Amino acid sequence: MNNYSDKIKSILTDLGLSLLSIVVALIVGTLFIFLTDKSPLDAYSALYIGAFGNFSAIANTLWRSTPLILTGLAVALPFRAGLFNIGAEGQLLMGGFTAGVVGFYFTSLPAFIHLPFAIIAGMFVGGLWGGLPGFLKAKMDVHEVIATIMLNHIAIALTINYGINIFRDTGRPATPRIMDSAAMFNFKNIMDHPFLSKLPFAELFAHPAIRLHINFFLALAAAVVLWYLLFKTTLGYEMRAVGFNPDGAEYGGINASKGIITAMFISGAVAGLAGVGEVLGTHFSFMQGMDAGYGFTGIAVALIGQTHPIGVILGGILFGALAQGGLEMQFSGIPSEIVMLIQALVIFFVAALQVFKVYLAKRKAKGGVE
Amino acid sequence: MPREDNYILDMQNITKIFPGVKANDNVNLSIKKGEIHALVGENGAGKTTLMNILYGLYEPDGGQVFYEGNKINLDGPQDAIELGIGMVHQHFMLVDPLTVTENIVLGNEPRSGLMLDQKTAKREVKEISDKYGLFVDPDAKIQDISVGMQQRVEIIKTLYRGAELLIFDEPTAVLTPQEIDELFEIFRSLKEQGKTIIFITHKLKEVKTISDRITVLRNGKSIDTVNTADVTKEDVAELMVGRQVLLEVEKTEAKPGAEIFSVDNLNVKDNRDIPAVKNISLSVRKGEILGIAGVEGNGQSELVEAITGLRNVESGKVNLRGKDISKYNARQIKREKVAHIPEDRQKRGLIMDFDLKENIILGYHDLEPFSKNGIMQYDNVAKYTQDLIDKYDVRGGGMEAQAKNLSGGNQQKLIVAREFSHDPEFLIASQPTRGVDVGSIEFIHKQIIDRRDNGAGVLLVSAELSEVLSLSDRIAVIFEGEIVDVLKASETDERELGKLMTGSKSEAGGESNE
Repeated sequence: MNNYSDKIKSILTDLGLSLLSIVVALIVGTLFIFLTDKSPLDAYSALYIGAFGNFSAIANTLWRSTPLILTGLAVALPFRAGLFNIGAEGQLLMGGFTAGVVGFYFTSLPAFIHLPFAIIAGMFVGGLWGGLPGFLKAKMDVHEVIATIMLNHIAIALTINYGINIFRDTGRPATPRIMDSAAMFNFKNIMDHPFLSKLPFAELFAHPAIRLHINFFLALAAAVVLWYLLFKTTLGYEMRAVGFNPDGAEYGGINASKGIITAMFISGAVAGLAGVGEVLGTHFSFMQGMDAGYGFTGIAVALIGQTHPIGVILGGILFGALAQGGLEMQFSGIPSEIVMLIQALVIFFVAALQVFKVYLAKRKAKGGVE
Repeated sequence: MPREDNYILDMQNITKIFPGVKANDNVNLSIKKGEIHALVGENGAGKTTLMNILYGLYEPDGGQVFYEGNKINLDGPQDAIELGIGMVHQHFMLVDPLTVTENIVLGNEPRSGLMLDQKTAKREVKEISDKYGLFVDPDAKIQDISVGMQQRVEIIKTLYRGAELLIFDEPTAVLTPQEIDELFEIFRSLKEQGKTIIFITHKLKEVKTISDRITVLRNGKSIDTVNTADVTKEDVAELMVGRQVLLEVEKTEAKPGAEIFSVDNLNVKDNRDIPAVKNISLSVRKGEILGIAGVEGNGQSELVEAITGLRNVESGKVNLRGKDISKYNARQIKREKVAHIPEDRQKRGLIMDFDLKENIILGYHDLEPFSKNGIMQYDNVAKYTQDLIDKYDVRGGGMEAQAKNLSGGNQQKLIVAREFSHDPEFLIASQPTRGVDVGSIEFIHKQIIDRRDNGAGVLLVSAELSEVLSLSDRIAVIFEGEIVDVLKASETDERELGKLMTGSKSEAGGESNE
């Protein structure tokens, strides 16, 4: 059986190609850095050091990648079932808002109830926000792209424009601060934790600059769960069948509706978790601007990760690193516009590589025998 | 060096390598001027690759091509056309809303000023069609004429561009028996006028009927070139497959039992909401094969989809063992021990991006032992798959290979393996051997007969008349959505069926509609 080694080989080739396209993007980026009076070498070393230069940097890269991994997963799962979820942004907002409200509204719950309750409530509402277009698609053939875009607008209106104003208690455009009992564990507080503080190297985390919180590990868990769902369960088999070939799936007696609604509900819940984490772990309240376009960046993360849950983790970390390292680049004197431009170039080349690979696959098929 | 003077084309030691496949491996092909040369081989033997090299679409990795004694290097089809090489593709390259004349002159239009010179164009087209007996209506639009006529337009188009050597890629695949006869008349008249023809096919009967010489390819190699007169069909089949092949279906007299399946006054609409199946009534008994003969597009696809739960039944009944299943969905019907080989294996029958083991359980994937409590049991699936691909001899990379990487024949065997392994009592086989090589056809036919002999009822739909005739016990002829006649297979022939298929009433009368 050399299928196994074939698989590993093709994964390594994929990784190598992705790295190559990042290198090409950085080379093209030098042209723009020359527009400033800085040296590209300095700029890129700042990017690298900012993202991976020390323990805090790595931790914060992972922190920034957390919502992106989750929205990436929220796009990737429906993609495998043949659906294009543009609505992660709205699902994230709905989830985050719900968690924020639950987080401050209940004032006397113990943490072991309050936090899970806030997380689950946020995921559930996000799930509804994804499941609704799934339902419309399955039952009335409403195109999911249109439905999810419209629901994004409604979510923005409901949460940011309307919701915040109902609850806000200060001049800040945000809901009130959540109770401590609903807050996610932040690793910088590790030394206060009765068990985690005993772990070896725990003190490494105890740095005030570290913003990594527990949601990163929930994101990893979500990726594993989705991987299992897609590749190990019967429902996942059916979802993938519908995604690859709806006619073939119909012939196989597969009820596409079930897969469509489930995939969209789960993806909404996962996008909701991205919002939940930002509210309960990063900002401690639902605030205007906290979504930062994660829902849309998630589309790029999903595509770069080849819509495979494990690939999405890597894609999310790449974007997290660009965001985190980009800050350091700015500190080193590169204008923020150039920093954004380089981030965009990396995304562009990695995405172009995907297109190139699809093209290669097509050519190979065409060049095949008869 | 080219071999002799009377060879118009000499391809020597042609090699073409695609990633992982030697599509052509030192292939030799010599064509005499003025002959009809059949190029035969199974799917994947390298016929199309070879012709694409000749037509300038591929560049060979090795070997030489001589045309009329000169070594040629083609950069693209335009070079081939200028040399006088023309190709009639299997899928026509015509513009539907344009007229016959406009299509023929497209790309080489006679002009008056900026406009197409309609008069000259029409005159030139008429000259060619008169000369070769290719009668077409120059003013008709392509979308309004039959497939046979469209093929003539393609032929005239190549002649208009000055073709001396015409390549036909499986030209009979889309034609009715009458149209095939007419095509062969055209071949003969082209030959009389000194044209040379390369005829790609895998239908041995046609090879015997029309060709002068035959070159056989197998696994990318040229096996032999023979004079048609010196060989039998069986000889050619053996050269193609590399072993002896049974061309005639061996079957005993059917022993039909009780009725297992019937449709009563069935009406079904097509995708455009136009009635496609009109008041059809049919019945199939246990242990018999009912064949449905008809030119494609006369309602067969809609009929099959309706009775397999893939299309709504407008009115009428579908009875299985006396139970009305017209409202059942595909899954429910499968659970009634109904197997279905769909007409389009790429669209329906397989998920091409799934691997073999995922495909071989499609439709049964939620049943034990493949799935338990919603979790796939891929270990069980793997064992099951290995058993079946051994038993049904599905070749092409093992169970982890994607279905799209299999040849057409192996894809079809995969479907047959899946559908026949759940002990079906009623079997619907739609175009079961379309685009499948000789060896696999033999195998699939044998499997269908085996099922019948095990007491299953079989409904066979095929555009291949010889297949319907050799497999069926009874034959229903469908024309424009209606059953024209039901005949005993032993009491009819291709002529009669061919006539019925095009709408003329049977002179013999045959068995009356049940």
